[in-house]
Amino acid sequence: MKLAARERLDKLVKLVFRTTGLLVIMILGGILVMLLWNTFAFFLHVKPVDFVTGTQWNPVGHKARYGMLPLLVSTALVTLGAMAIAIPLGIGTAAFISEYAGKKLRNILKPLIEMLAAVPSVAIGFLGIVIVGPGIASITNQANGLNALNGAILLAIMALPTIITVTEDALQALPQTYREASYGVGASRWQTVRKVVIPAAAPGIIAAVMLGAGRAIGETMTVLMATGNASAFPKGFFHSVRTITATIAIEMGEVPYQTTHYYALFAIAAVLFLITLLVNLAGEYFVNRYRKYQVA
Amino acid sequence: MTEDVAIMIKEKTKLSAAGVNLWFGNKHVLKNVGVSFSEKKVTALIGPSGCGKSTLLRCFNRMHDLAPDVRIEGKLALEKQDLYDRAISVTQVRKRIGMVFQKANPFPKSIYENINYGLKINDVPAGERQGIIENALKESFLWDEVKDDLKKPATRLSGGQQQRLCIARTVALRPEVILMDEPCSALDPISTSKVEELIEKLREQYTIVIVTHNMQQAQRVADSTIFMYLGEVVEAGNTSDIFNNPQKELTANYVRGHFG
Repeated sequence: MKLAARERLDKLVKLVFRTTGLLVIMILGGILVMLLWNTFAFFLHVKPVDFVTGTQWNPVGHKARYGMLPLLVSTALVTLGAMAIAIPLGIGTAAFISEYAGKKLRNILKPLIEMLAAVPSVAIGFLGIVIVGPGIASITNQANGLNALNGAILLAIMALPTIITVTEDALQALPQTYREASYGVGASRWQTVRKVVIPAAAPGIIAAVMLGAGRAIGETMTVLMATGNASAFPKGFFHSVRTITATIAIEMGEVPYQTTHYYALFAIAAVLFLITLLVNLAGEYFVNRYRKYQVA
Repeated sequence: MTEDVAIMIKEKTKLSAAGVNLWFGNKHVLKNVGVSFSEKKVTALIGPSGCGKSTLLRCFNRMHDLAPDVRIEGKLALEKQDLYDRAISVTQVRKRIGMVFQKANPFPKSIYENINYGLKINDVPAGERQGIIENALKESFLWDEVKDDLKKPATRLSGGQQQRLCIARTVALRPEVILMDEPCSALDPISTSKVEELIEKLREQYTIVIVTHNMQQAQRVADSTIFMYLGEVVEAGNTSDIFNNPQKELTANYVRGHFG
């Protein structure tokens, strides 16, 4: 190719990449602006204090209430419950696959677990209705098992593949020399895993947990199907709850355009955004704190 | 000749291998290896890359246990104790036979914790640890350089300091034998001479086996030298004999730098 033609191509490629890059940034920025703009509009109608401290969410009642606390507590219950189940199970499974299982077993288990991530959330929600729900109902002697615990179990199942895969990658990425050093001073396998391998892989494990948590917080369809969606203030794991995501999904289709209610849904979406942002920042902070012990 | 025999009898064999064969899968890596290491002496294992010297070294503290498809035959012993006896605990073997690796591998923890880890693992009472750690760092000539920041991540130390920390970690456990797998191969000349100085000091208390590619190093630090080639022991003897008066043609060619 001639030199001039090559230089023209170079310029063209640069232009294309710059355009795609800017386009993506503009779209993401546009979403953020729209979210904040509508949230701002909402606060012209409802006082922020009432929104943040209100314990009732009832936008279509005789006197509309826009208290976000029941939704926030619901999301927190389901997500924290899911993490309480998924973190120990996930790290344990990853440690087994990476440190104990033989090569053959690992080559079977890992793709299987990764396949689990591809199960659509609506299918998991269905399992919640037909299996987990009745199970919880019969154990707790309730009429149905559509409650926070059900949602937490399902979200744990959905977060597990991410947590296991990312954690296992982090464990595999550790240099074998760490393990040798530990065995070299007479440590057993369990001591090596617990005191050297897992702490050394902490940044990766935290990243795994944060990714899992992010998935759980944002998940909509599963919790919509499995948690009962009662808008009363949540009373615990064995009661029906209604998360932020489920509320947006249920009400957005019915709401008249540019009403207070419409703006309110953007406001809770902004809250959701804030939570995920905080989760990510916290993850980043912990990753950096552990990283100083890592080889540069 | 009679004098030699007398010396041989005085020296007590600490570590030995007899008729050792090792396979990685189908690859026959060690072929009928028989060697012995005298107590409180430094023995160098030399030979070209891939001759099996590191592999042999790792047999003694059973590091091959970690790898799949390794098959070992023959007898490896610490004094009279068979190292591969089913009744013996592998963690005890590794406590008695410490190892310093080719690349310094401190744990991603503080300097203090790097040594403390092994002590905790081996149930050293908490009250004694501080003293042992201090002592181990002094023995490894590292104390003066790190005494003010023991809480610093070990990974921030220089390469030579890291390697001396790894030696400190090993001697803190008071092993009987220290295996060193090319401990200076990643170090600069100044760090290397510090580590060699350290070996000079450690020989008073420990039996040391050192794998090295550096023939000057072998001559500087080792009492005896064993030359290996293609998985077999070619010649073993006093370091000065191996280098100045080798009995085999192959040894002579190697130590004079004709190959390897």
